[in-house]
Amino acid sequence: MYSWILMLVVLAAMAGAYQIGRQRAIASAGGPTRIKQLHSLPTYYGLYAALWAGLPALMLMGLWIGLQDQIVIGLVTSHLPTEMVAGLSEGRLGLLINDIRNLATGNIVSAEVTPEIQAAADQYNRLNLISQWAMWAVVLAAALAGLAYAWMRTQPRLRARNRVESAFTVILIIFSSIAILTTLGIVLSVLFESLLFFQKVSPLEFFFGANWSPQIALRADQVGASGSFGAIPLFTGTLMVSLISMLVAVPIGLLSAIYLSEYAHRKVRAIAKPTLEILAGIPTVVYGFFAALTVAPFIRDLGMSLGLDVASESALAAGLVMGIMIIPFVSSLSDDVINAVPQSLRDGSYALGATQSETIRRVVIPAALPGIVGGILLAVSRAIGETMIVVMAAGLAANLTANPLDSVTTVTVQIVTLLTGDQEFDSAKTLAAFALGLTLFLVTLTLNVIALSIVRKYREQYE
Amino acid sequence: MNNPADTTPPRRAIDIVNASLKRRYARERRFRWLGATAVTLGMVFVVLLFADIILKGYTAFQQTYIQLPIELAAATIDPDGARDPATLARADYMKLIREALREQFPEVKDRRDRRLLNSMISVGAPDLLRERVMADPALIGTTQELWILADDDIDMLVKGYIDRNAPASDRRVGDQMIAWVDRLEAEGRVAKRFNTIFFTHGTSREPELAGIAGALMGSFYTLVLTFLLSFPIGVGAALYLEEFAPKNRWTDLIEVNVNNLAAVPSIVFGLLGLAVFIGFFGVPRSTPLVAALVMTLMTLPTIIIASRVALKSVPPSIREAALGVGASPLQTQFHHVLPLALPGILTGSIIGMARALGETAPLLMIGMIAFIVDIPKGFNDAATVLPVQIFLWADSPERGFVERTSAAILVLLAFLFVMNLAAVLLRRRFERRW
Repeated sequence: MYSWILMLVVLAAMAGAYQIGRQRAIASAGGPTRIKQLHSLPTYYGLYAALWAGLPALMLMGLWIGLQDQIVIGLVTSHLPTEMVAGLSEGRLGLLINDIRNLATGNIVSAEVTPEIQAAADQYNRLNLISQWAMWAVVLAAALAGLAYAWMRTQPRLRARNRVESAFTVILIIFSSIAILTTLGIVLSVLFESLLFFQKVSPLEFFFGANWSPQIALRADQVGASGSFGAIPLFTGTLMVSLISMLVAVPIGLLSAIYLSEYAHRKVRAIAKPTLEILAGIPTVVYGFFAALTVAPFIRDLGMSLGLDVASESALAAGLVMGIMIIPFVSSLSDDVINAVPQSLRDGSYALGATQSETIRRVVIPAALPGIVGGILLAVSRAIGETMIVVMAAGLAANLTANPLDSVTTVTVQIVTLLTGDQEFDSAKTLAAFALGLTLFLVTLTLNVIALSIVRKYREQYE
Repeated sequence: MNNPADTTPPRRAIDIVNASLKRRYARERRFRWLGATAVTLGMVFVVLLFADIILKGYTAFQQTYIQLPIELAAATIDPDGARDPATLARADYMKLIREALREQFPEVKDRRDRRLLNSMISVGAPDLLRERVMADPALIGTTQELWILADDDIDMLVKGYIDRNAPASDRRVGDQMIAWVDRLEAEGRVAKRFNTIFFTHGTSREPELAGIAGALMGSFYTLVLTFLLSFPIGVGAALYLEEFAPKNRWTDLIEVNVNNLAAVPSIVFGLLGLAVFIGFFGVPRSTPLVAALVMTLMTLPTIIIASRVALKSVPPSIREAALGVGASPLQTQFHHVLPLALPGILTGSIIGMARALGETAPLLMIGMIAFIVDIPKGFNDAATVLPVQIFLWADSPERGFVERTSAAILVLLAFLFVMNLAAVLLRRRFERRW
C-alpha cells in the first residue's frame, strides 16, 4: 500500500523536477529574453531533469519491491532455531514460512502457534517495516540525487533535447521488446516445467500412451492409481471437437462470406455483416454457458427421442457451439480474400458466358483459395486453443472414442482441471499441465506461422 | 448443307449452351439459396443466443420478498437502551423475523413444520434487517410492515420455475410450502421487487444473496490497470516499429512475434502468468494486479497492431512538413503524427480492452476462481472478475443461479456493447480520410 504512495511521491517529484530544470535553464541563459542562448527549448531541460529525478528512483523501487520479500524471508528463516529448520524438506519449510507470513498479516494459521513462530512473525513484521522505511529513504535520496545531477549539468551548452530524445528512444525500444520477452517467457516457463515433467514421465508415454488418469496418491500410504499420463485421448478429443466446429463454421462462414460479398444487396450486407460479427465479440464464457445449459440438454433430449444414447456432456454440443463462435472468424477472413480477387478475373469469366455462381466456383474461389486455406488454418488454431466452451460443455472423462455423441475431454480442459485444484506446484499432475501447454503452444504456433505466411504470400500476389 | 444425305442439322454451340441453360440456371439459384441460408443461419444463431440468455436471465432483476409486520422489540434488539452500535449489531434479528412469520401462521405448531416455515426466509434476511435498524435506530420499539427477503426456493416458486404439477418428491418445494406461499400471495404479502442485492453484494452460496458487485469491482480494477500498462507500452512499441525501427532481422523478429502472439491461445498466457508472475516474481495470487499483468501481455498485440495501422494511415506529407520546418523526429511523432493517429489507436485499444473484459481462461490459472465474498478495495485485494463469476455460477446446481448467471451475462454484454459502441462512435466522429 505504501508503495503506491511512494510512487505518487516520485511522480510528483518528477513534475517538480521538470519545473526546476526549466527555470534553471532559463536562469542559466540569463533570463527569459535570452533563451536563444540555450541549445534546446527550456522544456527539454525540464524533461531532462524530470527523467534524472524519476527514472533511477523508479527502477530502484521496482528492484526493491521485487527483492524485499525474498530477503526478509531469508533473514527470518536464518534466525529460526536450527532444530526447527533442520531436517525439513523444501515443501515443509514453505508451509512453515507460509504460517509465519499468515500470522504476521493476521490471517488464519494452519499449525499451532509456538513462541518461536510468533517471534519469527514479529521479526517478519519488523523487518518489513524497516524495509519499507529504508525503501522510502533510498528512493527519495535517488530522486534528489538525480535532480541534483541534472541541476549541475544544466547549462546553455547542454544538448538537452538530444539527451531526452535518446532516452525516449531507448524506452520505446524496451517497450517493443516486450513482445519478444513475452514469447520468450512463454517458451521458457512452459519448457522448463515440461522438462521437469518429462523427467518423471517419459515423453514416449506422454505422446503415445492411450490412458489418461492423472490422479496421483497425495500421501504415500494412500490407495490409488499411480497416475498415467498418456495424452492420446486428449489429442483425439481436441481433434474431434475442433473437427465438429470446423464442419459448422467453414461451410456457414464461407458461404455467407460469398453471399454477402457477391450477391447481397448493399442494405442486406450493411445489416447482416455487423450482426454476424456480434458473434465474434461475445465472450467465450457466454458460449460455454449456452452450450452447457441449452445446447447440450437439447441434443441429449433429441438423441433420446431418436433412441440414441447421448452423453450429457457430448462432444457434439461443445463442437457445435464452438463452430458458431468461429463463423464470423471464417467469414470475415474469407470476405477479405474474396474482395481482394481482382474484378478483371470476374469480368473475364462473365465475358466467356459463365453464370455468377460458375464464376465464383471456377474463378473466384480458386483464385482466393490460398487465402481461404490460411484463414481456415487460423480458425483451426483458434478451435484447438479454445478453452471456456469445452471446460463448461465437454466432459472430464478421457475417452478414446470416435463417437461424437460420447463425452470427450480436450487438452485445454485438462490444463484447467489440473491447475485449478489444490496441488503442490511440482507434482507430476501440475507439471503435466505445462507439458500439455507446451504441446498446445507448439501446435497452434505452427498452424499460425503456416497460415500467416500463406495469407501474406497471397496478398502479395494481387498487390 | 453440302451433303443433302445428312438430314440431322449440325449441333451449333448455341444449341449446346441453350440445352444446358436450364440446368445451369437451376444451379445458380441453388448456389444463391445456399448462401442466403448460410447468412440466415448465422443470424438465427445470434438471435437464439440472445433470446436464450435474455429469457433465462431477465427474471433475476426481480427478487421475491415477503411482507411481514415485524415488531422491532427493544427488549431483543437493545435491552439496555443505550443504542450502542455493537449491541445493535449482535442482536438476534432472525428471532424477530421468525416470530413475525409465526404470527402469520398461528396454526403451525409442530416443530418440524415450524422449521419448514422458517426456511421460507433467506438466511441473509437478518443481516439486511440489521442494516436497516442500524441505519435508523428510531425504528426500535415500533412494529413495521417490512419486506423480508425470501429464500431462493420460494423465489423460484413465485417466478414459476417450479412445476406445481410435478410429483411432490420431484419438487424442491413441498405441497405445504406451496399452500403457505399461495396464502401469503392471496393476502398481498408476496411481491417481486427490484433486485438491488444483485448489484450491491458480493457472491454468496445462497442464490438470493449473490450479487455481482465484487466481480464488477474486480473487473474494474483489472481493466484500469491493464489499460494503464498496455496503452503506453502498446503505443510506444507501435511507434517504434512503425516509425523509427531500422529494417533489420531484429525488427522482423519482433513483427513476426507480435503477429503470432495475437493468435496464441489465451490459456497459454495463463500458464505464463502462473509460472512467471506468481511462481517467479511472487505477485500475490487472485489479485487484480496479477490479472492485469497477464491481460496486458494478452492485449498488447491487439493494441500494437491497431496502432500501427492508425500510424500508417497518417500521410507522409504531415511528417515531411514537420521535419521540413525543423522538428526533430521525436517532435514530429509526438506533436503531429500521434495526435492525428490517436482516434484510430483509441478505437483499437477500446476493442482490446473489451476483449480483456470478456476473457476468462487465463484468469482461471492465476487463482481468480477463489470464492471471494468481499468486494475488493484495491489492486492488491483478492478478487474475481465478471466472466469468472459467470463461470463459477454456471457450475452451481441451484436453479436460482441459472437466472443469476444469465443476468450477469446480460450485464457483461451490456458493458461490452457500450465499449464497442464507444469505439464505433469514436471512429465515426474523428476518422479522417486523407
